[in-house]
Amino acid sequence: MTIIVPSGTGNVYAGSGTIQHPSWSPYDENGGTCVAVSGNDYCVVASSNRLSTGFSILTRDESKIIKMSHKCVIATANCQADRKTLQKTLQTRHIMYMHNHGKPMSVAAMAQLVSNTLYYKRFFPYYTYNLVCGLDEEGKGAVYTYDPVGSYERTGYSCEGTGKDLIQPVLDNQLKASSPLVLPAENWMTALPMDDAVDLVKDAFVSAGERDIYTGDVVELLIITKDGVRTEHLDLKKD
Amino acid sequence: MDRMDLSCLESAPRSRAAELCPADLMSQSVSGSSFPLPQVQDMDAFQRDAMAYIKPNHGTTTLGFIFEHGVIVAVDSRASSGTYISSQTVKKVIEINPFLLGTMAGGAADCQFWQRNLGMRCRLYELNNNRRISVRAASKLLANTMFSYKGMGLSMGTMIAGYDPTGPALWYVDSDGQRTSGKVFSVGSGSLYAYGVLDNGYKWDMAVEDAIELGQRSIYHATFRDAVSGGTVSVYHVTKDGWTKVRGVDVGQLHYKYYPECDLHPCHGKPPI
Repeated sequence: MTIIVPSGTGNVYAGSGTIQHPSWSPYDENGGTCVAVSGNDYCVVASSNRLSTGFSILTRDESKIIKMSHKCVIATANCQADRKTLQKTLQTRHIMYMHNHGKPMSVAAMAQLVSNTLYYKRFFPYYTYNLVCGLDEEGKGAVYTYDPVGSYERTGYSCEGTGKDLIQPVLDNQLKASSPLVLPAENWMTALPMDDAVDLVKDAFVSAGERDIYTGDVVELLIITKDGVRTEHLDLKKD
Repeated sequence: MDRMDLSCLESAPRSRAAELCPADLMSQSVSGSSFPLPQVQDMDAFQRDAMAYIKPNHGTTTLGFIFEHGVIVAVDSRASSGTYISSQTVKKVIEINPFLLGTMAGGAADCQFWQRNLGMRCRLYELNNNRRISVRAASKLLANTMFSYKGMGLSMGTMIAGYDPTGPALWYVDSDGQRTSGKVFSVGSGSLYAYGVLDNGYKWDMAVEDAIELGQRSIYHATFRDAVSGGTVSVYHVTKDGWTKVRGVDVGQLHYKYYPECDLHPCHGKPPI
């Protein structure tokens, strides 16, 4: 038997044959912060491994970064269910691409695939904040930043997730160079030595962990160079 | 006459690919039915709530005008989601091909995605017909797409500017499906301020340098009064040889260019009494 809930009563989005609680929403906010900083020949990507809902911590060991190839990773913050689905879809597409073309996708190709995959859910979006990071065709560090429905832009560094408001201004202060749109073109990336970039990212997370309840526990850092992807961990406070 | 084998562009190979790949993975192609919809009764309410949750990036002040020596297109570069400035370096002029430009106001993803899609369709038109698509036809492709998604909550206000055998052309297309050609347009939340400067300074027979300056000044004044416009002013000039980017200046520098002395500025002057 189908029971139909009258439409227009608050945010009840009942599908045919189901009754949903008036406050039900398809989305959960699970928090998390992702940071990426790129340089001339490297890219540092980091995210905190805490997964929360409301004031509860669900787990302290949930990696938010997926490694697509030896020069491309994707970091995704917020709704865990959507992240899992998105990353799984992208990984499948990437494996199919490798079978068809005999090589891994370039970061630029992956960046556009992520954009299209996000936009494909334009009318029922993935509630995720993504960073696609790696080394481009010339071996330079690349960071692509997204909104949840797939508009994207290449930048030198970026931060997404719940710690964005805290970390992004610090990165701007330390790394901002001229806009890539100015004419005549100027250098638009402040390229730090790699060790300095890693330290900057670690410091940013330690500070964000002090003020953001969704950032804490452990930070996973992936350092992408021409030799591959190296992983480091940084312990944050568990409170 | 030799002809290229273009069979790869026809629809048959796609169906062969569909056999190889599971249906859900092939659904990246953009046909109306391929966008999954939420299983809800009240689509409007869902879209409203989802957008309030997700706060997609929004674009802001853009303008375009035709004059004696071609078309000028000028834009700012700020994107905000809610009150947060999510980028100061957005490319709001989308270079569809060397003779066609699109501008971006409204939802950043909607503009970016559909203009990328338009670029692909214009290229296919070129390959099929051995000539460039007219601005009129390109804008209609986009307007028809927008019309087919009417009521689905897309947000896009765009100008398609270009040069074709009929001369310079400028069309306004938006997410309601509206499509109009005109000589002067400004789109976005800062458009009122831009129109004020633009209408005041516009002349059909102005010199190229004056036209570029007018576009830049109009966007600058829009960024000054409109909080969600800012960043860098970019100006493009389209002629029969295609478009060129002629200006890219940070708004911070323009402020001191136009008002070298603080007291000269209407907002900083001392009260008369």
